[in-house]
Amino acid sequence: MSRTPQLLRLLLVAVLSLSGIGLAVAAPRLNIQITGGVEAAQPIAVVPFGVSEGLIPPVDIASIVSADLARTGKFRPMPTRDMLDMPSRHEEVDLRDWSLLGVNNLVIGRVEADSAGFRVSVALYDVFRGNEITSETLVSTKNGMRATAHRIADLIYEKLTGQKGVASTRIAYITSTGSGDSLKVTLRVADADGYNPQTIVSSSEPIMSPAWSPDGRRLAYVSFENKRPAIYVQELNSGRRELVASYPGINGSPAFSPDGTRLAMTLSKDGNPDIYTLNMLSRELVRLTDHYAIDTEPAWSPDGRSIIFTSDRGGSPQIYRMPASGGPTERVSIDGDYNARASYSPDGRSIVMVTRVNGSFRIAVLDTQRGITRLLSKGDLDESPSFAPNGSMVIYATTSGSRGVLAAASVEGGGGQRLSQDSGQVREPAWSHFMR
Amino acid sequence: MHGSSRFLLLCLALIGLGGCATAPPPPLPEPMAENTAPLPTRTVPEVSTAPVETTRPTYAGPWEDPSNPLYERTIYFDYDSAEIKPEYVTLMRTHARYLGSHTDTRVTLEGHTDERGTREYNLALADQRGESVRRFMLAEGVLPDQMATLSYGEERPVELGHNEQSWRRNRRVIIQY
Repeated sequence: MSRTPQLLRLLLVAVLSLSGIGLAVAAPRLNIQITGGVEAAQPIAVVPFGVSEGLIPPVDIASIVSADLARTGKFRPMPTRDMLDMPSRHEEVDLRDWSLLGVNNLVIGRVEADSAGFRVSVALYDVFRGNEITSETLVSTKNGMRATAHRIADLIYEKLTGQKGVASTRIAYITSTGSGDSLKVTLRVADADGYNPQTIVSSSEPIMSPAWSPDGRRLAYVSFENKRPAIYVQELNSGRRELVASYPGINGSPAFSPDGTRLAMTLSKDGNPDIYTLNMLSRELVRLTDHYAIDTEPAWSPDGRSIIFTSDRGGSPQIYRMPASGGPTERVSIDGDYNARASYSPDGRSIVMVTRVNGSFRIAVLDTQRGITRLLSKGDLDESPSFAPNGSMVIYATTSGSRGVLAAASVEGGGGQRLSQDSGQVREPAWSHFMR
Repeated sequence: MHGSSRFLLLCLALIGLGGCATAPPPPLPEPMAENTAPLPTRTVPEVSTAPVETTRPTYAGPWEDPSNPLYERTIYFDYDSAEIKPEYVTLMRTHARYLGSHTDTRVTLEGHTDERGTREYNLALADQRGESVRRFMLAEGVLPDQMATLSYGEERPVELGHNEQSWRRNRRVIIQY
């Protein structure tokens, strides 16, 4: 165990505001392409929302809701052109008509004026049972209308699957263009549907390993802006950030504990890469591993009691587990000669990791209770998997031609999507927790 | 103008020779040619015949001189390994000897990996590569204060291809003076 030296303590106190670092800046959008999962999905109709006379809503709520539902891989929204009727009020609904069209569920809604901007009402129906499942009215500002649409999608998803939706969550990712002296790297945050991308930091040196705080308000990341790797924690709303680790050697792999009080990380200040935790309040630094091999890529169990990490102590990179306060380690990954960068599913029952299969690096989900490993991806250089906060999907980095793009896959199989930018590389996606 | 273009030409020629002389490591990238102005083709009478520099070009250090053994500053590694290969022992000894007799000179041992495997694991692997070189140099008598390690992991490839030819050029430690 070692304590934070005085110098670092001083660095920690200083909140940095370097040039080029500031409030989020709008950035090119991620294009999302659905790549699978349509066949097994449930048919649903989201009817274009009725709008009061003279009102012009800034977005088409129904189309955002439809896209959100389609991306989950669990729903197949009916194209608007196939709808025979477009009810927007309860009294206009005839569920028998919709039953003939073969949809399981129907969503209708209306947008009306409100002193705050808009009032959006929505109703969800079970077509076969012939009843209303739920109805809700939400008040929204003009700028908040996309977020309101995502909330409606999450409401519908939760009512129909019993699982919280992730349409209102966000994704952090790294983009880069050029190489050598022309390298330009950014850390961006976008809504889960790729809209509203914002650059939160950009640099001519590498940036890597974005990690969300549990409350979704901060991101930890590694930046080489001072010509060596250092860990920063940045508040998204204000753009303010702190340098939290800048020891000799590497400062990498930041990971917030589930309660947000500690940051696990990899430091090599004591000779070789080992896992440490930094208490964000007391600034106490605790060394958890002490091995001549590489120990890195720490990830917390959802209950915060244990940490899994990558180590090549057995001769090849494998996943190990230890108590979050350090102590005895046990090997978690079973098959294969390269398993790395693991993280827990939100229910703690499985882990997602990078595994090498016949020379290709792919994303695999390991059910730690039953010991079953399942491949989720088919690429050659897939990496950086991250569970959606409801555990239904995994987002990861893959390649398309020689371009880095993101892909999301449904954990249960079937659903899939690809997220790319019009130019440049996109990598290291990190799916946020549920926003509080 | 006249003198400086000849000077550049001389530099290029020397670099070329240096590149050809060494066999095992792959050739280093050609120097940028953007500074080479076209060579005047005729003698202009009014040009003063100031003596062309015949002394050796000035380098920041011998490691920039292609004819000097210190010019070779890259140590290559096997995949997923931080172990030093025997063919680089001479190279490292040459630098260790120089640093041993120039104790004011400092170097950064800059570690890199290829793109395969996870990014943070590669950051750690490149750190270990730098550390391997550092330990060797320490054993050869270089002072701890003369060396620092810097890991870039896979973030700063010198070759962008997705094949073994590129990968083996990216798995490296560069002794940066």
